[in-house]
Amino acid sequence: MEIAAIFLPILGSFIAGFFGRFIGDRGAQAVTCLGVCVSALLSIALFFDVALGGHARVIPLMTWIDSGDLKLDWAIKIDTLTSVMLIVVTVVSSMVHIYSVGYMSHDRSKQRFMAYLSLFTFMMLMLVTADNLVQMFFGWEGVGVASYLLIGFWYEKQSASGAAIKAFLVNRVGDFGFVLGIGLVFFLFGTVNFDVLFEKAPEMTELTYNFLGFQVNALTCACLLLFVGAMGKSAQLLLHTWLPDAMEGPTPVSALIHAATMVTAGVFMTARLSPLFEYAPDALAFVTVIGSLTALVAATIGMTQFDIKRVIAYSTMSQLGYMFFAAGVSAYSAAVFHLMTHAFFKALLFLGAGSVIHAMSDEQDMRKMGGIWRFIPVTYVMMWIGSLALAGVGIPGLFGFAGFYSKDLILEAAWGAHSGVGEFAYWMGVIAAFITAFYSWRLIIMTFHGKPRADHHTMEHVHESPLVMTLPLGVLAIGAAFAGFIGEEWFAGEEREHFWGEAIKVLSTHDSIAAAHHVELWVKMLPLVAAFSGIFFGYLFYMIKPDLPGKFVAAVRPLHQLFFRKYYFDEIYDAVFVKNAFRLGSFFWKRGDEQTIDAFGPDGVAAVTGKLAGLAGKLQTGYLYHYAFAMVIGLAAFVTWFWIGL
Amino acid sequence: MTALPDFAPAIPEIVLAVASLALLLVGAFKGDGSTRLVSWLGTAALAVVLVLVWANTGDKALTFGGMFIADRFASFAKCLILIASGITLVISQDYLKLERMDRPEYAVLVLLATLGMLMLVSANDLMSLYLGLELMSLSLYVVAAFRRDAVKSSEAGLKYFVLGALGSGLYLYGASLVYGFTGTTSFTQIATTVGNGPSIGLIAGLVFVMASLAFKVSAVPFHMWTPDVYEGAPTSVTAFFAVAPKIAALCLMVRVLVGPFGPLVDQWQQVVVFISLASMILGSFAAVVQKNIKRLLAYSSIGHVGFALVGLASGTEEGVRGVLAYLAIYLFMNLGTFACVLAMKAGGRMVEDIKDLSGLSRTNPLMALCLAAFMFSMAGVPPLAGFFGKLYVFMAAVHAGLYALSIIGVLASVVAAYYYLRVVKIMYFDEPAEAFDRGQSGVIRFVMAASAVIIAIVIPLALQPMTHAAQAAAATLFLG
Repeated sequence: MEIAAIFLPILGSFIAGFFGRFIGDRGAQAVTCLGVCVSALLSIALFFDVALGGHARVIPLMTWIDSGDLKLDWAIKIDTLTSVMLIVVTVVSSMVHIYSVGYMSHDRSKQRFMAYLSLFTFMMLMLVTADNLVQMFFGWEGVGVASYLLIGFWYEKQSASGAAIKAFLVNRVGDFGFVLGIGLVFFLFGTVNFDVLFEKAPEMTELTYNFLGFQVNALTCACLLLFVGAMGKSAQLLLHTWLPDAMEGPTPVSALIHAATMVTAGVFMTARLSPLFEYAPDALAFVTVIGSLTALVAATIGMTQFDIKRVIAYSTMSQLGYMFFAAGVSAYSAAVFHLMTHAFFKALLFLGAGSVIHAMSDEQDMRKMGGIWRFIPVTYVMMWIGSLALAGVGIPGLFGFAGFYSKDLILEAAWGAHSGVGEFAYWMGVIAAFITAFYSWRLIIMTFHGKPRADHHTMEHVHESPLVMTLPLGVLAIGAAFAGFIGEEWFAGEEREHFWGEAIKVLSTHDSIAAAHHVELWVKMLPLVAAFSGIFFGYLFYMIKPDLPGKFVAAVRPLHQLFFRKYYFDEIYDAVFVKNAFRLGSFFWKRGDEQTIDAFGPDGVAAVTGKLAGLAGKLQTGYLYHYAFAMVIGLAAFVTWFWIGL
Repeated sequence: MTALPDFAPAIPEIVLAVASLALLLVGAFKGDGSTRLVSWLGTAALAVVLVLVWANTGDKALTFGGMFIADRFASFAKCLILIASGITLVISQDYLKLERMDRPEYAVLVLLATLGMLMLVSANDLMSLYLGLELMSLSLYVVAAFRRDAVKSSEAGLKYFVLGALGSGLYLYGASLVYGFTGTTSFTQIATTVGNGPSIGLIAGLVFVMASLAFKVSAVPFHMWTPDVYEGAPTSVTAFFAVAPKIAALCLMVRVLVGPFGPLVDQWQQVVVFISLASMILGSFAAVVQKNIKRLLAYSSIGHVGFALVGLASGTEEGVRGVLAYLAIYLFMNLGTFACVLAMKAGGRMVEDIKDLSGLSRTNPLMALCLAAFMFSMAGVPPLAGFFGKLYVFMAAVHAGLYALSIIGVLASVVAAYYYLRVVKIMYFDEPAEAFDRGQSGVIRFVMAASAVIIAIVIPLALQPMTHAAQAAAATLFLG
């Protein structure tokens, strides 16, 4: 069952990718959708067995590497954490697969698209079922490749190719940290197998290690390096610049990869490695600070953007920040809880945005939308549900949308950690929550309400999406509405220790989830207040007094510019890294390679070879006496040689 | 009355001699119409002799007053020679008919040349060596000029004859020097005399003898006849030239240098190293600019001789084993390639330019595949047989401490790979030229395919038995 769940997607991908020509578009769509859907059903069954039944297990498949001290297997490790991820990945993926059938109906390379999607799904499953760091890294790189292929899916578009390369390169920086982290872990522990690592971790806390001339705590160092990998993949501050650009890919890709699954790999890794991180409090503090800063910075940028997908992309980044600071205060279960709820409502928002874009004839600029809610009511309702879930709206004690449970839990846990960074994270999170609600309603109002700002040609074409697209929206909307309500008891309630089993380790002194239940009332209520006031300001600015945003922006122009230009990260990186890298590259290319290595190496040798060959050809004059002469000279030379030699 | 010599060790040669004379009579009585018959009978004779040689792989036997030797080394070489001659006879038939030179003498001359070669590798005396050498050479001069009415063919024959005469002169002069300083022509006795220490006169004689043998194997700097003769001679003759005489002369060279002059290894090693290096380098570089496939193969064969001589240069048993293995592989590679060249027939006439092969992969995929296999093998790409040939000789050289020779040799093979791979590139990536005529004879196609299978599959799989045989053959030379 486990094997089928994991390998069906790659089978589908293989068939669609290599035999797409024989089975046609429909065949490719059918085989990939079927593979992922069956995989999703199996994952749900596995969830009941593993998470609720408590049957965590490791299924070894075969030996992968057996070289010296390095021994590792291909294996499927399934515990609660994995089975939650399995559900998230396969359910969202299957919805996105189905949705893509409709969304990509006008595209020429449907088979390629479906094959990539399934390939991605498989790699993601590899990542979450790994039982050692190296197998995880395999999946990690695999999703990176799939992400690259899908961002650059419309490779004729310059911007798409650029975005794909950018995503790949920025991730490379993170991956480099990850690899170093794996190396350091192997160096320290002599193994990369999770179970062994986790057993040995408590003995390693005092170990120090010389890194770049500094005597540092070895475990902290390893965790920080691994976290650098997570920062790259999960678009945390400093390594986040690729994520907004990744929106160049088709919208289903943004929903699946750049919202619901791949970008959460970093969070998953932190949770998976919680037994290591728990013994590295300094690393955890760093994670908290980065996460909370990301949450705020991304939210402020998202507030000012006009591209509908970019707004959601920054929102994703912001929510990832929440997950990380939750992990940073040891509330891993809250982080994973939010990961799961976020996957549903963010995929919903993206697919809804895709539906809007589809309706508006591929228009993504919100300034050119408006007044279309009557034409696409289903999408409109879906976006509302998604936004309510994102903003975390709910009535305490009764019912709330998904984000209400998970986000509030995170904030409470941050406060409940009673540490400096925890409180810092709490305040950042509350401000970000306010901004989140604000930009969510800004998005809804700009997109759906007011006067139509598109030209009449586009407006005539506005139409609701076909069932194949709205159905997945519905499924995800159910998740967005109820996932929090259903999951709370398991993830964060009384049952949580039984639910998580061995999957997540929290030292009893760090148990911020328990603390979260005992925080003051105002701490609990503040996020909700922030959300409602955010919604209120959204209405005020964009519905009731539409001239207000202009005035407000004029009043705080420098700040707005800072937000609008995304804190100038791209400009700074371009000036510091990209330009210099190009300069260095061009130096090595022109001077180093072409003028030195090539000139004296291959080109030079080839030229000399050609000359020598010509010369040798010329020796062959065709005259008999020349030949005889050569023979005699040769003979004379040999005899002379010996004469001198003796 | 002296007793008759023991004929038993020389039975294969005797049978071949009788057969060729009989076939000459058949040809003379039945006229040109009997060409095909004589050809087939000749092939049959070669096959019979092959069986006899095979059956005769016994212990070392001397006869004719010690002038003739039959041992494993000779048997191994003879097998290769007989296979080469037999196959070239078979694949020549259609060509001879097409070029209107189908006369029975052709087969007879090939048989006589083969007889000369057999005697060469069995020679145990400077005199019997010369006998074999001249029998082989005279026949070869004639077949080179077999197409009398074509200027090129006559020119090739003449060039070969004049330079060959010079070579023979060098040999005789060297032999007389050796005789003068040792007082004997027998290899066995030369060996004992030489063991007492070299003298300058003896060395001069050795150099002369080596020069004439180097001429026969077309090693640099005695190679200059090769491209002209290869190009000018009829293609079937070139195929013959490229394989059988090369094997015979190389084996002879091994026998002479390792046998009677074995004690002088320090002296001749330098010369062989030089010849080998020069041949590899020239064979690699000069072929780069060739446009005619026969000329290309001429330079290629010069290069191959260079590689084979690497094994001899090491002067060890392992080296000789390498030479023999190399020759066995070379035999199949070259015969297969020439079968392909003989199949290059467009619009009813033979074509010889490399660019005529353009796009062969589309017009004749099977032939292209075979030729590609031969080219890769000649370039020494694993896992084809050619790679193992090179591996053995270079391994021997490295074990003998000839590092510079090995490194330069490998580099030369890199250059050589260029023109082999160019042929493949032309066949597979260039726009198709005029397609070759259909309906090549089944024999040629069979030889092509069988050779390709042998070098691509059989030899790489059956390396063990082949090297064992070569090992056994090499060992007989070193037993003393």
